[in-house]
Amino acid sequence: MSLLEVDDIEVRYGAIRALKGVTFDVNEGEVVALLGANGAGKTTTQKTVSGMLRPSLGEIRFDGQRIDGIPAHQLIHLGICHVPEGRRVFPMMTVAENLEMGAFRFKKPDSTIHDRVIELFPRLGERYKQFAGTLSGGEQQMLAIGRALMGKPRLLLLDEPSMGLAPLIIKQIFDIVKEINEQGVTVLLVEQNAAQALALADRGYVLETGEIVLSGTGQELLTDDRIRAAYLGEEIAS
Amino acid sequence: MTDFLNYLVLGLTRGSMYALIALGYTLVYGVLQLINFAHSEVFMSGAFGSYLIVGMFVHDGQHLAWWQVTLVMFLGLLSGALVGAAVAWGLERVAYRPLRRRGAPKLAFLISAIGMSFFLSQLAGKLFNRLSQNQFPSYFDQNKAVFTIPGSGATVSRIQLIVIVSAVIMMVFLDRLVSGTKLGRSIRGVAEDAPTAALMGIDIDKTISRTFIIGGALGGAAGFLFGTTFVFSNIMGFIPGVKAFAAAVLGGIGNIRGAMIGGLLLGVVENLVPTFPWNGSGGWIGLQWTDVVAFVVLVLVLVFRPTGILGERLGRAA
Ligand SMILES: Nc1ncnc2c1ncn2[C@@H]1O[C@H](COP(=O)(O)OP(=O)(O)O)[C@@H](O)[C@H]1O
Ligand SMILES: [Mg+2]
Repeated sequence: MSLLEVDDIEVRYGAIRALKGVTFDVNEGEVVALLGANGAGKTTTQKTVSGMLRPSLGEIRFDGQRIDGIPAHQLIHLGICHVPEGRRVFPMMTVAENLEMGAFRFKKPDSTIHDRVIELFPRLGERYKQFAGTLSGGEQQMLAIGRALMGKPRLLLLDEPSMGLAPLIIKQIFDIVKEINEQGVTVLLVEQNAAQALALADRGYVLETGEIVLSGTGQELLTDDRIRAAYLGEEIAS
Repeated sequence: MTDFLNYLVLGLTRGSMYALIALGYTLVYGVLQLINFAHSEVFMSGAFGSYLIVGMFVHDGQHLAWWQVTLVMFLGLLSGALVGAAVAWGLERVAYRPLRRRGAPKLAFLISAIGMSFFLSQLAGKLFNRLSQNQFPSYFDQNKAVFTIPGSGATVSRIQLIVIVSAVIMMVFLDRLVSGTKLGRSIRGVAEDAPTAALMGIDIDKTISRTFIIGGALGGAAGFLFGTTFVFSNIMGFIPGVKAFAAAVLGGIGNIRGAMIGGLLLGVVENLVPTFPWNGSGGWIGLQWTDVVAFVVLVLVLVFRPTGILGERLGRAA
């Protein structure tokens, strides 16, 4: 049994069908990449898994338990932590307060985890008392990931962590995602940056206008002609 | 000098009440980006609620010992706060939550707010005496001076001291609550970014309810302070409500410390400016201009600093 099973879900925004029967799974300990062009439905998929949206059809199971329809603020207690698109740090709170927010589901933040987050992202330690709104994009992304780690994730949902960042910072962030995964956290990674995501991922799925059109191991997808043409080629061109 | 200080104390007394009410507007605006125009009726409910409850214990013409007065004050503040909190909580449930569920446009909230405002004020009119003057039993001599400000003849009366001290205590308490507790952090989280706050495990609906309760408690307590100082009626909420709203905007709507500063500042300015040059002759324009001064100040601040004194929050990214 997989840790996360998404079974034929349909998600609508009013009359718009953003997901038209999406099925995939994520095994414990894996990094699974969810690729696709802008508007394919990647964010919608993650929001549905984390409880921000509810599917109109289909089922989602976590650890064998039905979770579709459970609101986000309850789902986090199962250890599903979502780093949303655009980072969404709390701009008027300090770095320290943002980290504390990540541990909101606990009576008190766990200081061991807190120290490990600062070790993973020394920049956050240097900016500790600074308002999150004044951080650079890369630092905000680190804070958003650190904040999610404070919630002790079993499944970490990352939505385009590389968006708008310099190549060097992207590499740092992907290295850290790898490290987090090696420490036992399962990761569902949404990316447009296909090459880097697939290099990191055990398996991947490709979404196109609300449907899964391809799936395979990271290696298989990296060498797949269709992927090379559609995503990797696009990257070289742009 | 003596007159200046007397008007300053009067201004601080009025200003403390505005600040307490303004906090209710600003807290709710913070979490919902909505002006709760029925908040002036929450304030009114606090006055009538505490009037009923205090009236059960004290009667006219009694003169109470200082410790009994203290107890009555506590009882009044507490009952005003409880009634204000209950009314504000109910208001959110009845007038706003159903609209939120349906994703109604902002205008619908505004109309709902104004409807509730009329409803509550007319209900109080029906239950008590419409438009007529209610008064708390006179259980102590409120206007007796407690002390004289050194170096002048200016005095602070008992009721002024009580109003200012209790308002300051409540504001310090709120400030601590918001910056230092989990409840406070959940309110700030929802105010800054509600969907992301939910991802952290914060229940948005519950947090909004609690925000109304806290704002309602402060407004209700202010209702008691106002009621015990002046005569009051079912339409008592209008002028202080509009001024407190102005004070919240003045300080920067959505900003808690801004509401406190805005309230105190508005109270002081509206009492000092019309009585200038403070020589006992009633001033060049006179106290009847108080309301005009208050709103002229509001307009000037908005012209020169549209987000209010501490209003950086309005500029935040959605
Ligand atoms: N809040 C919304 N209301 C209406 N349509 C939306 C909303 N969010 C996304 N969509 C639509 O759903 C589709 C999938 O969007 P999204 O999941 O954000 O794609 P991706 O993350 O892959 O770029 C797009 O066609 C988008 O326009
Ligand atoms: Mg997206």
